[in-house]
Amino acid sequence: MENKAIICKDLTKQFGDFKAVDKITFDVDQGEIFGFLGANGAGKTTAMRILCGLSYPTSGEATVAGFNVYKEQELIKKNIGYMSQKFSLYDNLTILENIEFYGGVYGVSRAEIKARSADLVHTLGLEKEAKKLVGELPLGWKQKLAFSVAIFHRPKIVFLDEPTGGVDPITRRQFWDMIYEAAASNITVFVTTHYMDEAEYCNRISIMVDGKVEAMDSPTNLKQRFNTHSMDEVFYQLARGAKRSGD
Amino acid sequence: MIAVSVKNIVKSYGNVSAVDDVSFDVKKGELFGLIGPDGAGKTSIFRILTTLLLADSGTATVAGFDVVSEYQQIRNRVGYMPGRFSLYQDLTVKENLTFFATIFGTTIQENYTLIKEIYDQIKPFNDRRAGKLSGGMKQKLALCCALIHKPDVLFLDEPTTGVDVVSRKEFWEMLAKLKEQHITIVVSTPYMDEARLCDRIALIQGGKIMSIDEPAAMVKNFPKTLFAAKADNIYRLLEDLRSDPSIESCYAFGEYLHLTLKSDEDHKDAIFAVANKYSPANLVVEKITASIEDSFIRLMRDRAITKEFNQVNDGK
Amino acid sequence: MKQLFAFIRKEFYHVFRDRRTLLILFGFPIVQILLFGFALSSEVKNIGVAIQDNAHDVNSSEIINRIQKSSYFKVKEEIVSYSDVERRFKDGSIRCAIIFPVNFGQDLYRKEGSRIQILADASDPNTATIAVNYLTAIIRAYQQDLNPNRTLSYQIVPQLRQLYNEEQNGSLNFIPGVIALIFMIVSTALTSVAVVREKELGTMEILLVSPFKPILVLIAKAIPYLVLSLINFIIILLLAVFLLNVEIRGSLVLIFAESILFIITCLSLGLLISNVTDSQQTAMLISMMGMMLPTLLLTGFMFPLENMPSIFQVISHIVPSRYYYAIIKAVMLKGLGFGYVWKETLILAGMAVVLLSIALKRFKIRL
Repeated sequence: MENKAIICKDLTKQFGDFKAVDKITFDVDQGEIFGFLGANGAGKTTAMRILCGLSYPTSGEATVAGFNVYKEQELIKKNIGYMSQKFSLYDNLTILENIEFYGGVYGVSRAEIKARSADLVHTLGLEKEAKKLVGELPLGWKQKLAFSVAIFHRPKIVFLDEPTGGVDPITRRQFWDMIYEAAASNITVFVTTHYMDEAEYCNRISIMVDGKVEAMDSPTNLKQRFNTHSMDEVFYQLARGAKRSGD
Repeated sequence: MIAVSVKNIVKSYGNVSAVDDVSFDVKKGELFGLIGPDGAGKTSIFRILTTLLLADSGTATVAGFDVVSEYQQIRNRVGYMPGRFSLYQDLTVKENLTFFATIFGTTIQENYTLIKEIYDQIKPFNDRRAGKLSGGMKQKLALCCALIHKPDVLFLDEPTTGVDVVSRKEFWEMLAKLKEQHITIVVSTPYMDEARLCDRIALIQGGKIMSIDEPAAMVKNFPKTLFAAKADNIYRLLEDLRSDPSIESCYAFGEYLHLTLKSDEDHKDAIFAVANKYSPANLVVEKITASIEDSFIRLMRDRAITKEFNQVNDGK
Repeated sequence: MKQLFAFIRKEFYHVFRDRRTLLILFGFPIVQILLFGFALSSEVKNIGVAIQDNAHDVNSSEIINRIQKSSYFKVKEEIVSYSDVERRFKDGSIRCAIIFPVNFGQDLYRKEGSRIQILADASDPNTATIAVNYLTAIIRAYQQDLNPNRTLSYQIVPQLRQLYNEEQNGSLNFIPGVIALIFMIVSTALTSVAVVREKELGTMEILLVSPFKPILVLIAKAIPYLVLSLINFIIILLLAVFLLNVEIRGSLVLIFAESILFIITCLSLGLLISNVTDSQQTAMLISMMGMMLPTLLLTGFMFPLENMPSIFQVISHIVPSRYYYAIIKAVMLKGLGFGYVWKETLILAGMAVVLLSIALKRFKIRL
């Protein structure tokens, strides 16, 4: 139990008659990079909202970073980081102001913020830009910065929502280098995406179809099992029969 | 016969250069792909070609007409699907289609054969509001609307962004069928894996075209032997190999690392030997053929190196 | 032509499928009319009044009786001490108070006459003045009735007559103002939002790339709102006539013609705003702040223009609704003909032409 970052058992979320998430069971190791995949409308967003402490499940059990999703939402929020491609940083604040803000939100002490942000800016090679507005940075840098900010308070788990859609291949690699590094320092990385090429970087992935987890394994094993060379094809075979669609 | 011709187009917004001296031709009936990440300048090029935007300099023709002086003729002859879903969410499928048909001075019946196959898939939802459709269906409707007047050239700006694998696959199948109807298609995408579905592609980055070729030729021209390697601790392996002096390039590629050697050695034993110095657990090494993404990375690196070189030279 | 019709039909779909638009379109005018007609009446009724009757004689009781009967006042329970009066003023339960001295009735027949104290809460000066005037009138009337035969030798009796609105019907004045306000909202705000929405959606890109003439986009956008504004106008007129008993004195044809002119001015403004903005919020904000507030404040229907600092009076000359308000007031309430409003009409027409040509000229055929 100690080294599990996320444990889900029969987790269900029902809206009226509609089972958005239908008895999903899985667990994620501490320090693992876990890909959470699904077609549009398969229920990944709903499941992730529960795991982030933003909504209550209808039934089933789940703990995130050791905390119960029913009773300890606030503790969950303190122990996770979150980054999405759509929203991450304030464009009209400088790099340092953004870091300061997020550090403050997560209750990192002033002295710590100062020390860590100097460190962070140095590692990213952004010393010259530290006092520039984030809006002026190229997209790739913004994303790298956003990830650094998401793990700034040293969370146990970081949730990434389609983190690298649309960035150039080199920036994407640099981004994944950072994710590997975070995982190596024992942060669990939970990636939701519907881009298969993003999924291939994960240690293990699960694929949701119509509210259920239909497959869960390493990318290599999945490809073997479905007798194909691309994750796209694996996903296609699984999701083709999906009844639900929509955003 | 040339359907689209672009010569030395330059466009900048303030001091940000969006399109930097871009030239290419698209032959009639060709499926041409502009492949590049967000912010590479794809949308600006599309807007210039669809007469929505004026270039700072350079010329372009679409279907033989100049994009500036003969924009009216072009507007009669092109179909355009902008980057995001651009239909009326509060109008039904049928109403949207009828509206766009009328605006383009035609009817649904007139060119029905062209859209039939796509339209049949959304026809059951004729009376549903467009806003209530799923991503894949919205995309099909948008494509129908763009095709309704049987355009000579079809411009599709990132049609597959934000839709799932199943819909993406279906969409590319539809494009293949449209090609049979002799419609010239210019499509843009940030997904490198879609490149191989085009007849010819241009790799674009930072407003510049890095390479134009057929996808197969492009990967064939990859200048080095490419290897893939993996081990239990992929991050360790990446760090180790990246710092090794005999390795030219090393980057993560899904579960694997893709590597090139500084030497011209082309047997996987060479990589095996290098990697084994760091004694990784369960090392696997393979010799592989490059993908478009590998080519893209290589071109980006080359450009960065040239740029650095030029900067150093300028400094002298 | 067929294209234009298709476009206009589509616009109506948008309007009728959007609850918010419908609410603004039809809910707003009705609420405005009801608000101004009933709730926000400038007449004063049911003023709370406290009476401290130290006399308790026939005369004081009779005056109290008369005050009680008047619909203007609501007499609160009798009070005994002065401090009580003050407390009630402070808690807001009364707006004025009357204090009869001990010997009120007896003093009435003495040479010095008798005194009565009226106190009023002047924190709201308008109401205070009105209340004091009403009370004085009641007392004076009583005095007259006391000795009808005793007339003073020299007495001027002013004969008052308030023209054009003899019943002092408060609704008359605001109706033209509300109409102007609603045209501003429907024609300016909704039109600009409707155009900008196409930009936000991205459909503008497709429309521009189509063979459809860009100018027609504007025209097709404007026509539905012209029609809707007219429907609104009719609703307001009907409400005014049948609900608020407003009498329309002037020519209906003239009123409609002037209204169409003003609507075109508003539409041009809306189109102009849509040319220079890219988001619905901005368009709404500009229309509201830039157009509605001046309409409320600088047309003279809420606050008399004459009382404003000269700078505002100067600014009010560029507010189109000011002229429309003047025209409608003249035609509808005073029954005047075109001969009296041609100057305002000309200014309004000039504004419409200028605004419309700028809007059409500035409309971008590209992004």
